[in-house]
Amino acid sequence: MTDWFQVVVFVALIWATAPVLGRHLHQVFDDQPQPLFDPWLIPVENGVLRFIGERGRPAEQAWDYLRPLLLSNLLFGLVALAFLLFQPPWLNPQGLPAVRWDTALHTAISFLTNTDQQHYTPEQSLSDLSQLGALQFLFFTSAATGLAVGFAFIRGLCGRPLGNFNTDLIRAITRVLIPLSFVFALVLLVNGAPMTLAGPITLKTLEGADQILVRGPVAGFEAIKQLGENGGGFFGANSAHPFENPNPFTNLLAMVAMFAIPAATIDAFGRFLGNRRQATLLLLLVTVLFLALAALAISSEQGGNPLLAAWLSGPNLEGKEVRFGAGLTALFATITTGSMTGAVNGAMDSLMPLGGLVPLFNLFLQVIFGGQGTGVAYLLVFLILTVFLTGLMVGRTPELFGRKVEKGEIVWSSLILLIHPLFVLVPAAITLSYAPTLSGISNPGSHGISQVVYEYASAAANNGSGFEGLGDGTLWWNLSTIVSLLGGRYLPIVALLLLAAAFARKPKVPPGPGTLATDTGLFTVVTGVVILILGALTFFPVLALGPIAEAFSLVNAR
Amino acid sequence: MTTLQPPIFPRMPRGRRDQRRYTERPRSDGLLGRAVLQSFVKLDPRLTVRNPVMFVVWCGTLVTLAATVEPRLFELSPEAPGRGFNALLSLILLATLLFANFAEALAEGRGKAQADALRRTQASTQARRLLPDGSEALVDSSALRRGDQVRVSQGEMIPADGEVVDGVAAVDESAITGESAPVLKEAGSDVASSVTGGTRVVSDMLLIRITADPGKGFIDRMIALVEGAERTKTPNEIALTVLLAVLTQVFLIAVATLPPVAAYINSPTPVVVLVALLVALIPTTIGGLLSAIGIAGMDRVAQFNVIATSGRAVEACGDITTLVLDKTGTITLGNRLAEEFLPVGGHSERELATTAHAASWFDGTPEGKSIVRLAEKLDAVTALQMDTATGLEFSARTRMSAQLLPELLGVQEFSARTRMSGTDLADGNELRKGAVDAIKGFVRSRGGTVPDDLDEAYERVSRLGGTPLAVCWNAEIQGVIYLKDIIKPGMRERFDQLRRMGIRSVMLTGDNAITAGVIAREAGVDDFIAEATPEDKIAVIQAEQRLGRLVAMTGDGTNDAPALAQANVGVAMNSGTQAAKEAANMVDLDSDPTKLIDIVTIGKQLLITRGALTTFSIANDVAKYFAILPALFGQAGLAPLNLMGLASPQSAILSAMVFNALIIPALVPLALKGVAFRPATADELLRRNLLLYGLGGLVVPFIGIKLIDLAVSALRLV
Repeated sequence: MTDWFQVVVFVALIWATAPVLGRHLHQVFDDQPQPLFDPWLIPVENGVLRFIGERGRPAEQAWDYLRPLLLSNLLFGLVALAFLLFQPPWLNPQGLPAVRWDTALHTAISFLTNTDQQHYTPEQSLSDLSQLGALQFLFFTSAATGLAVGFAFIRGLCGRPLGNFNTDLIRAITRVLIPLSFVFALVLLVNGAPMTLAGPITLKTLEGADQILVRGPVAGFEAIKQLGENGGGFFGANSAHPFENPNPFTNLLAMVAMFAIPAATIDAFGRFLGNRRQATLLLLLVTVLFLALAALAISSEQGGNPLLAAWLSGPNLEGKEVRFGAGLTALFATITTGSMTGAVNGAMDSLMPLGGLVPLFNLFLQVIFGGQGTGVAYLLVFLILTVFLTGLMVGRTPELFGRKVEKGEIVWSSLILLIHPLFVLVPAAITLSYAPTLSGISNPGSHGISQVVYEYASAAANNGSGFEGLGDGTLWWNLSTIVSLLGGRYLPIVALLLLAAAFARKPKVPPGPGTLATDTGLFTVVTGVVILILGALTFFPVLALGPIAEAFSLVNAR
Repeated sequence: MTTLQPPIFPRMPRGRRDQRRYTERPRSDGLLGRAVLQSFVKLDPRLTVRNPVMFVVWCGTLVTLAATVEPRLFELSPEAPGRGFNALLSLILLATLLFANFAEALAEGRGKAQADALRRTQASTQARRLLPDGSEALVDSSALRRGDQVRVSQGEMIPADGEVVDGVAAVDESAITGESAPVLKEAGSDVASSVTGGTRVVSDMLLIRITADPGKGFIDRMIALVEGAERTKTPNEIALTVLLAVLTQVFLIAVATLPPVAAYINSPTPVVVLVALLVALIPTTIGGLLSAIGIAGMDRVAQFNVIATSGRAVEACGDITTLVLDKTGTITLGNRLAEEFLPVGGHSERELATTAHAASWFDGTPEGKSIVRLAEKLDAVTALQMDTATGLEFSARTRMSAQLLPELLGVQEFSARTRMSGTDLADGNELRKGAVDAIKGFVRSRGGTVPDDLDEAYERVSRLGGTPLAVCWNAEIQGVIYLKDIIKPGMRERFDQLRRMGIRSVMLTGDNAITAGVIAREAGVDDFIAEATPEDKIAVIQAEQRLGRLVAMTGDGTNDAPALAQANVGVAMNSGTQAAKEAANMVDLDSDPTKLIDIVTIGKQLLITRGALTTFSIANDVAKYFAILPALFGQAGLAPLNLMGLASPQSAILSAMVFNALIIPALVPLALKGVAFRPATADELLRRNLLLYGLGGLVVPFIGIKLIDLAVSALRLV
């Protein structure tokens, strides 16, 4: 019961923060005056822009926006890679050695792409310098890159120039990510998350053995980890670790932090468009989809394992942090995969088959709140496809927001649709073909399929959570997921920006009674169906062979 | 006596639209047979490869055929489907291809039949070409070039498109319009001077300047268009093809990656079944019918006796947001009728009627004739010597005409600028009728005064929605004729429908603002431009386009050509000039301006049909998954997904494939006829079509596949 209550509180908090934060995001990315921030942030921002030689002219072509994006990201990645490869003795209380090259490369790219897959155990591999200089640095830049892309896309769809990437990147960091994570970090600190550069403490356990307790600048790390939808933990146990997630209150805040910015981005989109009703309906759509998935996940975990019913009644507690229980773990799993965070407070691998289907489904769709900035962009791409399919049915060349949807839009939108299965299914099929040599799968049967597909889906969707149980610290896993990480991140970004730039240049068509209205309940329902059909039909066979077959096997075994 | 008869006016649309004659449908004998033959010809991979969806089916068929010949070609497991199953599957896939080809061939065949009928009119003829020295030379019509002059006399075929340079003749244009009544062609007149190659002169003789080189004439263009030789994909069709191609690739990835995944749980995936799954998932329904829908759209337009220069033009019709329409002939009946004489300045009604009668004596227009009739009804027949008088003709541009005495013929040009018509009597009296301000000017130029009550009469007529014509005898204005405009029946409803579809109508008229306002209100148009000259059309169109609207208009005169070219959809009347026809992207063979409204409907229908079948096709996938996946992975524990309770795995796969194939011919009539369309707002249309084709697309295959499965298992096919 308390689990369902948490769901209600959670959704209420998201809906309450979305307009407030959305207004702020609109001000930031619409370059509106912000008396609270301007006096002391403008000098800082202008200083940085001057330093990098940016004059702040808005991009005329998509490539004007893309070039600095790709260059800066390359630079960020190289910096992080250097930290990991060399791992100098500074701020390295445990004296950890350099990270293996393929793990370092995978980690740098994984954090650069806002994914944060971790094929290593952080507290045993990374110095504080690496955690701060490489990972926490990328937490900010990757989230800011995502936000910049999201708002450039929104601008284009609203018929405006894309804007200036460097300005967007810096303002996203100074006005959105730093202030929010500062406040959140303080709350975490108050609740007991450590924030120190001192080394680990060694404790004597009750049995008399030595236990090394790693500490670090966790509170600050944790805040941006959640808010930026990054998800890479300071500790291997991620949000199940008491230092990262001290109590149920911080657990609730961590969940809110994951959805807060994507929800607010949808709200801000409505403000950019001058049609808040449209944004509210989209928010409602993803909320309903989210609630349906959360309900499935929570109920299947609460139901427990029927095969164990004879000995063990009650919820499925395998792989759960008992502080949170089955319900909250399932809820957290739904949120962390819906948003592209990837932080976990329990083991995905131990979820019931249908409980495990939910995160997988989220990773396939990528729009149930979705990634930082990119979530709303994917959602709008589905809107474009829906407008195209249904718009024809009202007898007009389909129009969205007063502009015609024609070949160009369809080419880019459908390419975005194609990229995801390409980078999920193809590597998964290759891996499964050579399962004995490559995969290190810990489970036979359907569950093994879920493990492998999940790993690539998490990489391509830039989520970063792992189904685990997978020996993924190998050369094969590191290198093959890198392909999915990069393909799943930068190809859609290029396509999105090309789409938006071309769309903005189209002549505006005034709306009339013959125009298909997109801000109606009916159209929103249709969009939901199109998302489910186009997004899920592709992956239905693997879902069927993975979690669905596993669920049936449980029923049959009884 | 001069031999001027009241001129026969260019043919105007007559009667109610449903009673009007249309071109005889092209003969459809042998159409089916030819289409069947064509469906096999179209199996040629060089043709199939143009349609990515069907090409995948084509490749799949090859695979299943190979597996029929040697079932162990792709798999070694003894459980692999046998030769019989593979053969059945190959047959079904082949049928799918043939059905899609058949739909396209059928649509093309209708166009071809029409083209053949046109080509018959094109038989090479002999033409009498005028040589520079004035003599004539008999040449083959194919030797004629642009600029040549030919003489065509009674009973001869006009050898090529051209303009009449001299002569008046009746021409039988039934070969292209289907209208049997001959049309008067004469030199100089804006609309009646263009002739089309392949039509026949039935009286008198014409001197024609050729305006089209061989093979570039109007009929040649028509043939090329209806035959589909110049058919290029329309923008929407291209966008849809892209989406379908990408969906095909997505499903290709989904199916191609399935065997390793399935192998991990030791579940075999026979290649033939994977082919079946792929073909079932890719949007074959819309992929097979897409080109047929486009061709059929052009064909439907052609059946309305309208020739579209491209599919793009038909599609653009669906997007039209503004219609620019001439009042006369489109919104009102072409002929206004005299209703009443309103005398002014102390003249009697009889006096006015007599003058009007005389002034209209030579006026052959329906208006002029109705004035004569009304005067005769009042017994106000002129006592003047009409046989010594000469008429001045009305000019559409100047809104006036006049009749001249033979000795005054030299000043015809002057009279054409006075915007009036009338009669000059032999005794030197000038009788005029015309636009009120034109007559005022005439009277003042003769030193007369304008009676005080003229404006009152003018306004009274205008308020009634009529056209006031002032009548004068020399410098004395005697009164005003009330010409009543009759709005065509049903116009208000049509404009209401248009408004519901989001289309604004703008009426252009030469009438004054008061009259125009009254007519506009009565007819229910959204806006009007009064006292408009043909040149105003282009200004109106440009103004609308600046607001982002798409404009359609009709026109016939040479001075309409720039506006027709400027409009997004320009429909030229066949009775119009060559210039107008070349500038337009559609030509209406019946010269009926109201048809624009029908064309808009066809354009919308075309887009709706495409959208509806795409939605239907994609929605079908859900049911197909539930048929094939449990059949394929029954051993892997997915048997409970067999929601339809299909008899056996093999029967489930075959049933899904049979459904997939049969749905194409089942939807051919819909693709060719277009989905039912009634004007409604976008939301109403969306709700209706979603329910029908979206929900229908989800539900129908569940029922269809189940029924086919019952039949398949009853027949013990597998």
